[in-house]
Amino acid sequence: MEKRKDLLVAALESGTVIDHIPTDKVFTIVQLLQLDRCTDQVTIGNNLESARFGKKGIIKIANRFFSDAEISQLAVVCPNIRLCIIKDYEVVEKKQVTLPDELDNVVHCANPVCITNNEPMKTVFYVTDKQRGVVKCRYCGKEQQIENIKLV
Amino acid sequence: MGNRSIVSIADYSREKIQNLLDMASEFEKAPNRRLLQGKVVATLFFEPSTRTRLSFETAANRLGARVIGFTDPKVTSSSKGETLKDTIKMVSNYADVIVMRHKLEGAALYASEVTNVPIINAGDGSNLHPSQTMLDLYSIYKTQGTLENLNIYMVGDLKYGRTVHSLLMSMRKYNPTFHFIAPKELEMPDEYKLYCQQNNVNYIEQTDFTEDTIADADILYMTRVQRERFTDLMEYERVKDAYILKADMLGKCRDNMKILHPLPRVNEIEYDVDDSKHAYYFEQAQNGLYAREALICDVLGITLEDIRNDKTII
Repeated sequence: MEKRKDLLVAALESGTVIDHIPTDKVFTIVQLLQLDRCTDQVTIGNNLESARFGKKGIIKIANRFFSDAEISQLAVVCPNIRLCIIKDYEVVEKKQVTLPDELDNVVHCANPVCITNNEPMKTVFYVTDKQRGVVKCRYCGKEQQIENIKLV
Repeated sequence: MGNRSIVSIADYSREKIQNLLDMASEFEKAPNRRLLQGKVVATLFFEPSTRTRLSFETAANRLGARVIGFTDPKVTSSSKGETLKDTIKMVSNYADVIVMRHKLEGAALYASEVTNVPIINAGDGSNLHPSQTMLDLYSIYKTQGTLENLNIYMVGDLKYGRTVHSLLMSMRKYNPTFHFIAPKELEMPDEYKLYCQQNNVNYIEQTDFTEDTIADADILYMTRVQRERFTDLMEYERVKDAYILKADMLGKCRDNMKILHPLPRVNEIEYDVDDSKHAYYFEQAQNGLYAREALICDVLGITLEDIRNDKTII
């Protein structure tokens, strides 16, 4: 019997496709969006060929649509990914993820003597340079590079 | 919660700063009043600071307010693990103004968000210390007659010196020319140089501290070069005596030049300078009283007009 060389991945009827994920960020996103606990169909692909990036990751999640807060978190982890919203097998919306002007309780301040790291309180960061990914803590005022700071 | 708290004065307008300077000037003419009779001022010093606390408490007392508070967090519930929020909420039930010093950066801003009682930031870690900045501005204004177009020389530890950073930001609207005189290891951080560039503020950096290099100064702002700031103690030994002001360095300086220092000093200004007409650091500390009287009144909504028409002068 001839062995099958491919397996079909079902097209989404309804849900979200996260595309153009850097290969080292795929599982960070799985964790961030808590996809390990998702009971709907989830397809995770990594090290797929990409014309633009060489290799990329892709995640398809059935029946799930993300809030703006979740999208802000995604933007912090990887600023250049794209979301495709699928309804009735059609892409109804493409969203390029960008850093918002303000991050409410998304990341921890890297400054150990900042009040936010010592009180049970929410953090607030202002994005001061979207290009270079620089954010500034509302409380201690320290500017920091977004890739160096931890998610809440 | 929107209230009249003073967390930072870096973004105050020229009008607002002038208003506070004029208020301080009124208090200098008549520091003792009953303007705050019936009010309670809380001084919460989560981190000890005798000088700042005495100045604030004197300001409150001289205006007729009562003072409550603590001077050491060891005697309070924060040592039992109470959060800052809970302490502030509790004290808000008793006081009309809360003056607070905390070792954590951003503590005063957070406190101002959890209460409707106005907060005055008396220093939050190495972040901000607006009442010091206010008294520095008042001292400059009083001795020079203006804040405009001055040559301000900052000497010593410009890397960690919170007071020089705050002063730099508050002076930006007055077209100053800064001279930064510091050892390489303690030079002005890049973020503040960038800040100057973005705000079109002129600055000159130099490492030499001599009679000639300070000849054009209007204000000589001295700070302490602290041993514990150095990673390389050889470097400390090499530079520690290079940033000491001596009386014989004042021969060429401008007649109007005044020497400021946030105090305490250790050895960076020699004692023979104290007798010079240029020495101003003790008067500067006294100006702190008037500046803090102005800040307490401002957060309580008492205006310059109210102070000028005040009938409670003792």
